[in-house]
Amino acid sequence: MDFDLTPEEEAFRAEVVAFLDENLPVKDMRAWTRKVREKRWVGFSWPKEVGGGGGTLMQQAILKAEMAKRRAPALGTCFMGLAWVGPGLIEYGTAEQKQRFIPDILDSKVQWCTGYSEPDVGSDLAALQCRGERDGDHYVVNGQKIWTSLAPFADWMILLVRTAPMEGGNKHAGITCLLVHMKSEGIEVRPIENMAGGRMFAEVFFTNVRVPVDQRLGAEGEGWAVTVSALANERSSISEVEALLRRLDELKNLARATRKHGRPVLEDPAVRRRIAHFETVIEGMRLNGLRFLTKQLKGEPLTSETSVNKLHRATLEVAMADFALTLQGPAAAYTKGAEPAIESGKWQQSSLSWPDTVIGGGTPNIQKNIIAERILGLPKD
Amino acid sequence: MNFGFTEEQELLREQAQRFVEQRCTMPRVREWAASDQGFSRELFAEIAELGWTGLLIPEAHGGAGLGWVEAALVLEVIGSALVPGPLASTLLAGAAIAELGSDAQKQRYLPELAAGKRIGTVALLEGDGSLDVGGVAAEAKGEGGGLVATGEKAHVLDAAAADLFVVALRGEQGLLLCVVEGDAEGVSAQRQPIIDRTKHLGSVRLEGASVPAEAILCEGAEAEAAYRRLFDLGAVAVTAEMVGAADAAHQLTVGYAKERTQFGRPIGQYQGVKHPLAEMFVDIATFRSLLYYAAWVAAGQPDALRRAVSMAKAYASDAFARVGIDTIQLHGAIGYTAEYDAQLYLKRSKFARPTFGDSDYHYERVAQLGGL
Repeated sequence: MDFDLTPEEEAFRAEVVAFLDENLPVKDMRAWTRKVREKRWVGFSWPKEVGGGGGTLMQQAILKAEMAKRRAPALGTCFMGLAWVGPGLIEYGTAEQKQRFIPDILDSKVQWCTGYSEPDVGSDLAALQCRGERDGDHYVVNGQKIWTSLAPFADWMILLVRTAPMEGGNKHAGITCLLVHMKSEGIEVRPIENMAGGRMFAEVFFTNVRVPVDQRLGAEGEGWAVTVSALANERSSISEVEALLRRLDELKNLARATRKHGRPVLEDPAVRRRIAHFETVIEGMRLNGLRFLTKQLKGEPLTSETSVNKLHRATLEVAMADFALTLQGPAAAYTKGAEPAIESGKWQQSSLSWPDTVIGGGTPNIQKNIIAERILGLPKD
Repeated sequence: MNFGFTEEQELLREQAQRFVEQRCTMPRVREWAASDQGFSRELFAEIAELGWTGLLIPEAHGGAGLGWVEAALVLEVIGSALVPGPLASTLLAGAAIAELGSDAQKQRYLPELAAGKRIGTVALLEGDGSLDVGGVAAEAKGEGGGLVATGEKAHVLDAAAADLFVVALRGEQGLLLCVVEGDAEGVSAQRQPIIDRTKHLGSVRLEGASVPAEAILCEGAEAEAAYRRLFDLGAVAVTAEMVGAADAAHQLTVGYAKERTQFGRPIGQYQGVKHPLAEMFVDIATFRSLLYYAAWVAAGQPDALRRAVSMAKAYASDAFARVGIDTIQLHGAIGYTAEYDAQLYLKRSKFARPTFGDSDYHYERVAQLGGL
């Protein structure tokens, strides 16, 4: 066990620190996005041939750790493109697909969305019904997706369709992955208002949408494998603590500035204990991430253990936003625009927005099933 | 960077696991715990033979010269089988003298501790429940070249078994740490019954016990820093045993959930059973990460120890308490019986939670260190 860095790793860390010293805090997000792209830190772990940084796992961990420590903003704005579409393209894409799609993701020129859930298909994703029928050089897509985050703004969708009927118990076999332009004829996007008033997710209807065969990612029927591999990339457990650390800073600042029942809330031991607990869980997640990273460095693939941090994150997101309201006394009921609202109702907003990350990508109960069945070996339901 | 174990560390862990599997079966553990002394001197001699009592003692003084990562690994395995005996306390006394002692003091005390010929422990706390330096009231007054100690130390691990105590006293120059020998005049130790029979606590009464100048380890500000570090190392040791015990309780329960059938299905198939088992897994994986990191900083980055150990002990105290309770509940009535082992883990969790600081205490420290 050794948390010290080698001289080479230390040199890389120094380079990162110097860059962050020079560029933080960020005043102009566009300039930041351009500069980190020039540094090749966007898609840092992707191969250089596709325009990535060719960074090692270890360098990536160092970069993420320093950025988290300094609360630096994200690298690039194409969230889903960077998190799983790009890695999926690198693993399954043709040379032509890589050339066509990856540069725009790295340059933050596009937004991707992900067409997984359907009206009758949520946690049991492999039972999906949206059809893709081969017609010459095209697939013809008919069906519906729902809860598709970012669909109202996205340029492209990574879409799962069924190209062969379910046979017996094997739901996974007939699933194919397509890359679909959102302006294709026959696509209708109907935004859904969420409880926080946002319109970030949507229903997406497909009526005879023609998708060229060269926009199929992986082989026909291989869509499930593409998805599983893509989701493994999403689970980089280290990146998850960055946002939580920022949220923790904000929560501490709120606590420092807030009085309840006529005295500072920080005089209440229960409040201090709760915040310290949040900080401890985030540190636990960071260290869990390092343990998983060590496993990867040894060449062992990451499997279901990443669900551990996913569960922590879900619990924290819900608890921290809710706890912030409990600090505010009577002001807790007020939202943006109200005179008594604290910090313009920011915490009220986040107390209604956590399902983005808590339900998106698998509910906590599904994560618990994954841990119980795949790690503990308990029988499936 | 490597958050895994070296080959040597893995070998040590395997050696410990083999030893515990072969020598420390549950029927034996129960027998030892129920005996007069509450542990087996014979087993302790075997443990010493393996070199574990000397893990933290330099090679020059008969030890293995290893660090807290190795100590934590061994204590985790010892904890997994709830092995009774003064290993953690002897490791702590050895670490204290190795870190604070003069050459002469090291030469005098360490070889026998390393060899397991004497049992050591640390006596920091007193009866008022305060965990910090301010709680030390037992006095040491100058007399001749040495000191005379009067007062009572409480919550001392393995007090009745120990031959040698590293004691915190209030001297004329402020706090001091010294070595008090159990057979010295005016020193008496008393074992007190506790909730977990596989662990032992007691008090040490000092009634005009003489402490020669050669036995003083440090004084004043140095002693205050040393007290805090020793307390933190104690928390590392207890938490390491907690990781092992919690993991064993969880494995016992997972095994039961796979075998026990109700309504025609193994109960582990029901989400009402499956989900708590997954939550236990998440908690244990996380406090294990926190503990390993604390053990690593204990050896390499002493300044980071306070935050790391408080996070580990706070999280572990709450999580192991839940694991202990859920272990009983998921088993049902069988878990309530004295005969079945589940109850032993619940009792261990209730011993470990307050020992070297509960979660209220450690979370408050985390709050302070985090700028609140």
